[in-house]
Amino acid sequence: MSSLPVATFALVGNPNCGKTALFNALTGGRQKVANYAGVTVERKEGLADLPDGRRVRLVDLPGTYSLRARSPDEAVTRDAVLGRLKGEPAPDVILCIADATNLGLVLRLALELKSTGRPVVLVLNMIDIAERQGIAIDTEALSRGLGAPVTATVATRRRGLEALLELAADQVGREAATPEGGWREPTAKEVRDAHRQARDLVRVAVKPPSRPDTLTGRLDSWFLHPVAGVVILLGLLFLMFQAVFTWATPAQDLVEAGFAALGAGAAAVLPAGWLTGLVVDGLIAGVGSVLVFLPQILILFLFILLLEDSGYMARAAFLMDRIMGGAGLHGRAFIPLLSSFACAVPGVMSTRVIDSRRDRLTTILTAPLMTCSARIPVYTLIIGALIPNRTVGGVLSLQGLVMFGLYASGILSALLIAFLIRKVFWRGGSEPFMMQLPDYKRPEPANLARNLGQKAWAFISRAGRIILPLMVLVWALSIWPAPPPGAEGPAIAYSAAGRLGRWLEPVFAPIGFSWEMVVALIPGMAAREVAVAALGAIYAVGGEDGALAGILARQWSLASGLAFLAWYVFAPQCVATLAVVKRETGGWLWPSVMFAYMLALAYAAALLVFRGATALGLG
Amino acid sequence: MPHDSAAAADGPVLRLGEAHPGDRGVILEVRTPPAGSTGGVDPAELELRLLEFGFVEGAQVEVLHEGLLGGDPIAVKVDDMRVALRRGEAMNVILAPEAV
Ligand SMILES: Nc1nc2c(ncn2[C@@H]2O[C@H](COP(=O)(O)OP(=O)(O)OP(=O)(O)O)[C@@H](O)[C@H]2O)c(=O)[nH]1
Ligand SMILES: [Mg+2]
Repeated sequence: MSSLPVATFALVGNPNCGKTALFNALTGGRQKVANYAGVTVERKEGLADLPDGRRVRLVDLPGTYSLRARSPDEAVTRDAVLGRLKGEPAPDVILCIADATNLGLVLRLALELKSTGRPVVLVLNMIDIAERQGIAIDTEALSRGLGAPVTATVATRRRGLEALLELAADQVGREAATPEGGWREPTAKEVRDAHRQARDLVRVAVKPPSRPDTLTGRLDSWFLHPVAGVVILLGLLFLMFQAVFTWATPAQDLVEAGFAALGAGAAAVLPAGWLTGLVVDGLIAGVGSVLVFLPQILILFLFILLLEDSGYMARAAFLMDRIMGGAGLHGRAFIPLLSSFACAVPGVMSTRVIDSRRDRLTTILTAPLMTCSARIPVYTLIIGALIPNRTVGGVLSLQGLVMFGLYASGILSALLIAFLIRKVFWRGGSEPFMMQLPDYKRPEPANLARNLGQKAWAFISRAGRIILPLMVLVWALSIWPAPPPGAEGPAIAYSAAGRLGRWLEPVFAPIGFSWEMVVALIPGMAAREVAVAALGAIYAVGGEDGALAGILARQWSLASGLAFLAWYVFAPQCVATLAVVKRETGGWLWPSVMFAYMLALAYAAALLVFRGATALGLG
Repeated sequence: MPHDSAAAADGPVLRLGEAHPGDRGVILEVRTPPAGSTGGVDPAELELRLLEFGFVEGAQVEVLHEGLLGGDPIAVKVDDMRVALRRGEAMNVILAPEAV
C-alpha cells in the first residue's frame, strides 16, 4: 500500500516555462506539453515520492503572468493558489517555475506569490538553455534578494528533480510573513514597484547571455515576414493536407489487407450462421472500415504536434490575427481553432485562454466547423470512391485538392459565422491581443512519440468503446426482423434499419441521400466516423462484396456523394463535442444553439450542392 | 498617474503603436489609455495587462516585425521576451527612441 501524501506543492509560473514538463517528470504523468503559451488550461494533480520515501501531491496549473486572473484558465490558477477551490486547501508550498532565460516577468510574479503567505521555492527551469546561451545566474544572490530558496532544473532531461523535491519538502509549514492580510489585487503602482524590485534583482544576480540565441531571430525573419510568412503558412497547411491524403496509402493498404484477412479467417473458422454474420459483417467490416484511417490521422497529428512543439504555432496566430480580427475573432482564437483540426474537444477547452466571454463563445461555436480528424474517414472514403484519381497540373492530386477544398470550406464558414455573430448579435469593440512568441525549439522526439502514441490509442480505443457496440446494434437492426416468406428484394429492406431508413428517406430525398446513407447517419450522430463503419456493415449485410469504396462507387451518384460531403462539413455529429460545450458554457443553451445552427447549415449546404451538381449533370 | 509626461518632455518620443520594424528604445511611460479607446475592456485594466506583460517604464523595446495588412499586429522584443500585440494597445506605450 502506498502512503498518503504529506503535503501539496503547486506549480505556478508564466506560460510556457515548462511547468507541465516538470510535472510529468516528477509524477510520471502524461499531460500535454508543447511550445506555446496556454497549453494547460485545467488543474491536474499527481503524486511524487520524496527522496526519503514520503509522498507529496503535485498540482499542475495553467500559466499566468499574475494572480489577477483575466481569463478562465488563469482563474483556475488563482483559485488553486489562494485555496478558494471547494474541498481543496491552499498548497503547502508554491513552486514558482521560471524560464531561466527570461527572468524579469517571473520574478515579479514570485513577489506576488510571496504575498499569499505560502512558502515559495523559485525553480530555474530550462537551465540547459540558459547555460548554452552563457547566462550566468547567481542563485545565492537571487535567493537572498527574493527571500526564497532557489534551485535549477531541466524538466525534459530530468535534471535537478531530487534537489527540488528536498528543498520544497523543507519549506512545508514555514509560513512567510504576509503584508496586511495576504494577497489582494495589486494596483498599477504596486505592479510598477514590483517590476523595479525584480529588475534590480536581475541586475544583481543575472549576467546576460554571452552567446544569445540567434536562431529564433533568423527563423522569424522568414516565418514572420509579412509576405513570405503568409506564403509559408499556406504552404505548410497545404502540405499537411496533401500528406494526409497521399503519404498514408501504403500503410492503409496494409491495414485494409489485414482486416480482409481477419474477416476471411473468421469466416473460415466460425460456423456458418448469424454469429459469422455478426463477426464478419458487423464487427470486422465495420470497425476495420474506420481503423483503416489510423495512418492518416497519425500523419495529421504528427504535423500538428510538430507545429506545436517547435514554437511555430504562435507565429501562425500572429500571421492570422488580422484576418481573424476582421472576422470578429480574437487573435488567440487561432490556436483553439487549429487544434480543432485534430479534435474539437481539446479545441473547445483551450478557448479558456480567451479572456472575453463573448469572444470565447464565438470561438466555441465555430470550433466544430474546423475539419476534425473524425471527418477524415468520411471524407477519404467518399473522395476515394467517387473522385477520379488524377493529377492536376502534373503534381497535385485531384483527390487531395477536393480534400483541401473541404478543409477550406470549414475554415471559411467558421470565419463567416464568427463575422455574423459579431456583426448581428454581439456588436462591440475588439479585445486586446497580447501573446508571447516563444523561442523555437527542436521538437522532443520522446514527447512527439508519447503524444502520437496517446492519439493512436485514443482512436483505437474509441473504435472499441463506441464503434464496436454501435456496430452490434446496427448489424442486429439490419438483419432483424427477417423478411416474410416469399418476399421480393433484399432482406435488409425488411429489417428495422431498412424500414427506418425508408421512413426517413423523404426528409433526405431533396438532398440526394439514399436510405442507406440515412441509416448510417443515425449511429453517426454519436461520432462522425461511425457513419463509415455503419455504411460498411449495411452494405456487407446487404450482400455487397468487396471494399466499401468500390461499393459506394457503384451505388452512389457523384451528386449524392458531394452532397454527403457538404453535409459533413457542417453536421453537428459528435456527442463528445456537445458535452464539452455544455461543460464549458455551463448549460444546455449553447450546445443546443450549436446543434441547431449546424444542422440547419448541413441541410442547406447539402441541398445546394445536390441541386447544383444535378443541374450540372452529375446526378 | 504615477508617471506623468514630464519625464518625456526633454527628448523625442515615439509611440510604440506608430513604430516600425527596426525601431528601438526604452519605455518612458505606459499610459492609462483614454476612455473609449480600448473596446471591451476597462482602460485601467489594459494598463495593468501591459505592465504585467513587461511593458513597464525602463524596459528595452525593439520592434521586430509587422503584419501584412496595415502593418498590424506587431512583434516586439521587450527585454528578453518576444511578444505580439496590436498597434491599438501599443499606442499607450511611449518610447524614448534610440538612434540606430
Ligand atoms: N530545453 C528544455 N526545454 C524544456 C524544459 N522544460 C520544458 N521544456 C520545453 O518547453 C516547452 C513548454 O513546456 P510546457 O511544460 O508545456 O510548459 P508549461 O509551463 O506547462 O506551459 P503552459 O501550460 O502553456 O503554461 C515545451 O516545448 C517543452 O518541451 C527544459 O528544462 N529544457
Ligand atoms: Mg502546462
